[in-house]
Amino acid sequence: MESQEVGKNSVVQKLKDWDAKAVAEVIEFRGETTVVVPQSHLVRTAEYLAAEPTLHFTFLSDITTVDRFPIEPRFELNYELLSLERQQRLRLRVRVPGSEASAPSVTSVWPTANWHERENFDLFGIRFQGHPDLTRILLPDEWEGHPLRKDYPVEGFR
Amino acid sequence: MNTRTTTIETPAGPAEPMVLNMGPQHPSTHGVLRVILELDGEIVLKAKPVIGYLHTGIEKSCESKTYSQCITLTDRIDYLAPLSNNLGFCLAAERLIGIEVPKRAQYIRVLLTELTRITSHLVWLGTHAIDLGAMSVFLYTFREREEIMKIYEHVSGQRMMTSYFRIGGLALEPPPDWLDRVRRVVESLPGHIDEYEDLLTQNRIWMARTKGVGYLSPEDAIAMGVSGPLLRASGVAYDIRKVFPYSSYDEFDFKVQTQTAGDCYARYQVRIAEIRESIKIIRQAMEKIPSEGPFRAEVPGIIPPSREEMKTSIEGLIYHFKIFTEGFAAPPGEVYQAIESPRGELGVFMASDGSAKPYRVKFRTPSFVNLQSLPKLCEGRLIADVVACIGTTDIVLGEVDR
Repeated sequence: MESQEVGKNSVVQKLKDWDAKAVAEVIEFRGETTVVVPQSHLVRTAEYLAAEPTLHFTFLSDITTVDRFPIEPRFELNYELLSLERQQRLRLRVRVPGSEASAPSVTSVWPTANWHERENFDLFGIRFQGHPDLTRILLPDEWEGHPLRKDYPVEGFR
Repeated sequence: MNTRTTTIETPAGPAEPMVLNMGPQHPSTHGVLRVILELDGEIVLKAKPVIGYLHTGIEKSCESKTYSQCITLTDRIDYLAPLSNNLGFCLAAERLIGIEVPKRAQYIRVLLTELTRITSHLVWLGTHAIDLGAMSVFLYTFREREEIMKIYEHVSGQRMMTSYFRIGGLALEPPPDWLDRVRRVVESLPGHIDEYEDLLTQNRIWMARTKGVGYLSPEDAIAMGVSGPLLRASGVAYDIRKVFPYSSYDEFDFKVQTQTAGDCYARYQVRIAEIRESIKIIRQAMEKIPSEGPFRAEVPGIIPPSREEMKTSIEGLIYHFKIFTEGFAAPPGEVYQAIESPRGELGVFMASDGSAKPYRVKFRTPSFVNLQSLPKLCEGRLIADVVACIGTTDIVLGEVDR
């Protein structure tokens, strides 16, 4: 267990050594590490984590949004990364304000982000800048609103 | 005798690709998958999966239910592997709250999820074979699947929508003779798998339809986030049961099955080998499961007390009433728990704000992500190969659309 802890913190330490501005906050909960990254640094940090040979976070498991409405910045984007070589997970988090719900796309780093970002656009209305085909994926194209937002009623608009 | 010659006039100008809509009611798409194909004759130039026909908003529904109430919804995500979904959700909730599940319940969970892997792979094998024209395999695999479904019914009362795993353990004590039934199935299964292999493994038509079809390189597989048998058939030995063991999988002896060819035939080999490995795990679990012991954790106020306690102690009655009317509060925070479902990495992201209902639940379903690789598998190949490629990705549309 201890060696795992050391391994985990070394990733955060590596990130800080690389660019201290890329790490806004580090959250530890139930043995999971979350690194909060400023939006402007997201793609750079992603590229570094995927390409750095000692880290090798080449596998993106998931992108999830949490809507903290009415708290601002309203949206939290969670990127679940996995390093197959290090057998380790890491979560990147980007905070997105409700007034301008957009974030840079990471499809250039992890091609699998394509559908994940489309899903987050579809259900939360977050616009991913630089996405090759940002269209709805689960709902019909003519659907109004983004159902997983907290101000969208469970039974839908009547 | 007159000889007639026919000349076919072709319109001048460049040939345009034809757009063909496959689905959402096409039988080989196993549900409501729609693929828009751009064709040059028989060759697929572009394939674009269109999904969402089965979207039921399960993640939104979860936000208005207590943690325990969500479990019944998880059955309906991947309806071919309900117990795996139950397990993923329960493990995430247990991690969030910080509950240790008794060993006996953990082993029973392992045994039942491995049975689930077998049923899921059997359905896959049967339907995949029927897609490619081998009718009889389907009849055999469903015969064996039915025996395992009977075990589910015996243990949980339901064949499909089991909801048998609960937060902290199991829903109820399994009936006394259930392991005998498991033993009977496990004894007969290896012989049946040999039968399927007799029908397919050296079958020339089967090999012609699957060998070299739908190639996926390991680099592409990782870049596309592909997991499960699909990834392992491309030579990447990533199995969450080994890498991030949960539910005491680290105490079991089994091998991660891989192939390097990365084609449909390799995926077939991986899945067949996985059924055999699952049988090994089930055999070990049968040895390990103690006949006596608690089947769920004891955490007052979070895990429902036993029937006996509820009827005899005042605290038990109060806790029972509170848990089933208002649920329990989980500490605020976020967890991501992944398990190896029959299809790959099933991740459950759970965020809590400290109330009795999950603030956000996200199911990272393997079918959704694996389906994204479909264009990579079938572009540049024949239409007939599209059917083989869809079959081999082993998608469940309920899981893709959620």
